[in-house]
Amino acid sequence: MTATAAPPQAPAPAGPPVHKPSTRKRLVPYWLLLPGILWLLVFFVLPMVYQASTSVQTGSLEEGFEVTWHFRTYWDAFTEYLPQFLRSLLYAGTATALCLLLGYPLAYLIAFKAGRWRGLLLVLVIAPFFTSFLIRTLAWKTILADGGPVVGALNAVGFLDVTSWLGMTEGDRVLATPLAVVCGLTYNFLPFMILPLYSSLERIDTRLHEAAGDLYARPATVFRKVTFPLSMPGVVSGTLLTFIPASGDYVNAELLGSTDTRMIGNVIQSQYLRILDYPTAAALSFILMAIVLIMVTIYIRRAGTEDLV
Amino acid sequence: MRTPLTWLRRNLVVIAGLGTLAYMILPNVVVTVFSFNNPSGRFNYAWQEFSLDAWKDPCGVADLCGSLGLSLQIALWSTLVATALGTAIAFALVRYRFRARGAVNSLIFLPMAMPEIVMAASLLALFLNMGIQLGFWTILIAHIMFCLSFVVAAVKARVLSMDPRLEEAARDLYAGPVQTFVRVTLPIAAPGIAAGALLSFALSFDDFIITNFNSGNTVTFPMFVWGSAQRGTPVQINVIGTAMFVIAVLVVLAGQFAGNRRKKAQPK
Repeated sequence: MTATAAPPQAPAPAGPPVHKPSTRKRLVPYWLLLPGILWLLVFFVLPMVYQASTSVQTGSLEEGFEVTWHFRTYWDAFTEYLPQFLRSLLYAGTATALCLLLGYPLAYLIAFKAGRWRGLLLVLVIAPFFTSFLIRTLAWKTILADGGPVVGALNAVGFLDVTSWLGMTEGDRVLATPLAVVCGLTYNFLPFMILPLYSSLERIDTRLHEAAGDLYARPATVFRKVTFPLSMPGVVSGTLLTFIPASGDYVNAELLGSTDTRMIGNVIQSQYLRILDYPTAAALSFILMAIVLIMVTIYIRRAGTEDLV
Repeated sequence: MRTPLTWLRRNLVVIAGLGTLAYMILPNVVVTVFSFNNPSGRFNYAWQEFSLDAWKDPCGVADLCGSLGLSLQIALWSTLVATALGTAIAFALVRYRFRARGAVNSLIFLPMAMPEIVMAASLLALFLNMGIQLGFWTILIAHIMFCLSFVVAAVKARVLSMDPRLEEAARDLYAGPVQTFVRVTLPIAAPGIAAGALLSFALSFDDFIITNFNSGNTVTFPMFVWGSAQRGTPVQINVIGTAMFVIAVLVVLAGQFAGNRRKKAQPK
């Protein structure tokens, strides 16, 4: 790639004798960056610093908080809320897996089978975004209502027996169970899975499918050896875009769950906004960030190497 | 021979895909249907009887339309600022070489790779420590912050795919830098900028988690819905949800229609 708007800052002696760019011109990119980067430094990086300082403070709301380098808060917060951390990762992981399972066929359908319906189907995928997600999440309260048709049908086909064996439901209720929360999370983040999947599937040259077919690969083999590996970039970014926000979510657990389905987001929210125990809340939020960043890094490394094989 | 089983196997992808689509659309259907409900209690979760009352009086609930107006205002301002700042960053990243490029790239990427609640909590920590009053301005500041990265990503993708020779050609034809930018670069980058702006508007308008932490007593539309989940959900919420949906779908369809006509109007 060559820079065209301004001559590159190549070492002067090498290359043809271009006239040296004036200082004013060389400063152009910095002027372009300045306002936006300043905004991010002051309202994204600086808040992290303040939260770090809050997390090692001790004190009370009445007497004020002071930095005492009390790192024990981290350990105490982690051990006290370990169940909520594990639950968050479990729910977010399950929802991500379900999103992939449900989203892949739809992305595949839109990319390869939709024909002239492609535009309409894409609009339908993003259409739910146009209504506030809180209103749509509340609609699940109606859909999953006790004794409603959906719960009745799930009960009739024995689905609820399976989920209650898995510990995701209790009796013939769905609302206020882990299943309802996972269902809401899956629903809310499905478009974030489908769109990247679609964009990487759409780029696949369909002649590769034909070539694989000519080489006597059965449809299942074509999918396993050609389509799926080529869609890996979409799978990776889709799972990240689903898992990261799902792990910190508290809306679904609050609206569709019960006190037994509280996720770590619910804890951070109530510590910050209701209990006002700022150090614990800050420590919890940093632990969540660390867990997510570590998991994401490992995942990208592993998915990346698999991609090369 | 075509037995039902082979038919099922052949169309498995279509059936599964449409099933997923139904799962995604179902809540919108429920929201629409229940905008015509006349619930018996404070909560609009169970069907009672058909009624047009809420549609006749969409602002009939205290604070509802005020919160809607506030959300639109915040979404508009944060879109304007985030689009301007983000477009500038995107151009700097694609068109210039400078030091700290990698650092700038990761600074843009990080807000998108972090659970929203972490940013929400840390912003609150900043505002609390500095003694800044929570309200309109803190919401706006936060929204501009998280919209920025998305604008940069959208504009960058478009500018990267742009043919640099078009700008060279403009310069060869004696267009000055300003003229080249306004007449050539900007029109080509426009779809990316528009995509970034639309995304910002949608993200800001529908944002809940960051707003929940940093709004104080100010009530945006999502905050109103959140509060109503505890106090009782008025049918008007569904009316506004349905109206927003219909308007947005019409806008998108009109855009697609116009795009198709333009494509047909200029054959290759």
